[in-house]
Amino acid sequence: MTDLSVQIGSLRLRNPLIAASGCFGYGVEYAEAVDLSTLGGVAVKGLFLKEREGHPPERIVETPSGMLNAIGLQGIGVHRFIREKLPELRRLRATVIVNICGSTLDEYVELARILSDAEGVAALELNISCPNIKEGGITFGCSLHGTFDVVSAVRKVTSLPVVPKLTPNVADVASFAKASEDAGADGVSLVNTFLAMAIDVDTRRPILSNIVGGLSGPAIRPIAVRMVYECRRAVKIPVIGMGGIASASDALEFIIAGATAVQVGTANFVDPFIWAKLLDGLNDYMRRHNLERISDLVGTIDTSARDKQWISS
Amino acid sequence: MLVDVEARVIRNTRLSSDYNVIALAAPDIAAATAPGQFVMVKSGRGRDPLLRRPFSVFEVLWSNGRVDGLSLLSKRVGVTTGMLFDSVEGDTVSCLGPLGQPFAVVDPPAEAWMVAGGVGLAPFATLGDALVARKTTTTLFYGARSGAELFYLDWFTARGIRLVLATEDGSIGDRGRITVPLERELRRAASAEVMVYACGPEPMLEAVARVAATFKRQSQVSVERVMGCGMGGCYSCVIPVRDAHAAQHAGSERTRPPHHYVRSCIAGPVFRGEDLVWD
Repeated sequence: MTDLSVQIGSLRLRNPLIAASGCFGYGVEYAEAVDLSTLGGVAVKGLFLKEREGHPPERIVETPSGMLNAIGLQGIGVHRFIREKLPELRRLRATVIVNICGSTLDEYVELARILSDAEGVAALELNISCPNIKEGGITFGCSLHGTFDVVSAVRKVTSLPVVPKLTPNVADVASFAKASEDAGADGVSLVNTFLAMAIDVDTRRPILSNIVGGLSGPAIRPIAVRMVYECRRAVKIPVIGMGGIASASDALEFIIAGATAVQVGTANFVDPFIWAKLLDGLNDYMRRHNLERISDLVGTIDTSARDKQWISS
Repeated sequence: MLVDVEARVIRNTRLSSDYNVIALAAPDIAAATAPGQFVMVKSGRGRDPLLRRPFSVFEVLWSNGRVDGLSLLSKRVGVTTGMLFDSVEGDTVSCLGPLGQPFAVVDPPAEAWMVAGGVGLAPFATLGDALVARKTTTTLFYGARSGAELFYLDWFTARGIRLVLATEDGSIGDRGRITVPLERELRRAASAEVMVYACGPEPMLEAVARVAATFKRQSQVSVERVMGCGMGGCYSCVIPVRDAHAAQHAGSERTRPPHHYVRSCIAGPVFRGEDLVWD
């Protein structure tokens, strides 16, 4: 019997597979396709204190092996979430990770306070990395001081595990992981999407109403793996890896690079039944490699025979 | 029940140089499909295209008294529709469904007037069957660029569905938009109880909803927006819907009434015409 469970701060996940925020609605939308209790966790769509309209269409466009999105964090706000979605998520026995977004530090603190009192919240993921809204947490996520301050402030008001979600749109993502760790984060998740754009050459107009959007999907996976690897070397807290995972082998690549758990986003759009296939694939790998605990695999990349000079230390 | 199946192509019938009807062995989805629902289709196993595309279920196919599949009406416009056009018997197409909110099917004495524009004919075969089964008097208003792009006319007449046609080039029926004969007939049928159903380009849907409202008839329109997942996960396919408290807001032609975005995949694709706010 293989043990797929992993630990993020005080939170034990039954396996390392988490549905990525922004790619899984509020979780309940997918209950017909997947038993949510079989997932390691469900990171729900990013919540502000208040409801948000989001951007006008077009909001997505497909690109080679990926997609751009600029949804603009349409959402029902934290109060409706607690009232309308959380009871159903509890009933479905989902491990709920709530992704929170604010325009100000006080909003993050307020959200953390409210959610800490709600029944059925397992962890908080701080969205300081959405590339699509200028008033959102990206201003925190692109500044080491901002990242430190928002994580510290939330840390002070909650005993829930706190995991900032980091943007890849910075020069050195590992330094942001370190700032998060110094501020008391229980882990970091990365990567959010890469800022990108697509243009209709006939009309010469951007395809997305927001002009720019975030690139996700298999196209970004190798960059995301590299960033997880860099963060693993920079911090001791767990790293939750994501970016283009579409198979068990993809997930294992992140885990070996240093991810304690992984999130799957875009691939869930293509195949909402992917979760059982990913779990089967992980179990199969564990058997083939005679591994008992998947946590033993985390960060076991063997670079011994390689020149490591390229990476700054 | 939601099903994902690698459906075998039973046959692929080319209707023109860019329209085809592809029959897929997806009996479980077909048997569960209500008129107006859709499937998310992925043609090919690679990552181009990466995402699925939405298609209304066109026909539910029967063989020896059992449902054995469904068909899709497709117009070649992009990568997925190109692959569907080129598919041959024995290929497989990944098919997820049934998804979305179906049409509300009316009973006599109400009449049903279905208004289709181009590939917007797609949901009206299953809806037509459901209406005929309820003995509801049904008319299909069907517009296209030319007579060569009006398909399945015999299929509808064989079921006793009256046809009113329009083409942009005037080769068959009224010349111009299908809303022209729709408006004319609504004017004539002042006393009849009519439910108007529509599927086609959004400007047509807007015009149909407006004409129906002008003549105090209800309408149900099936919209198509750029859709990422079909399940409510991605929030890409949103469409503005009137706020409930503003349902009676008359609105001027220039200002949009108070509205909010809903996901057309799970709140739609069928909406009441009066609920939508047009861009």
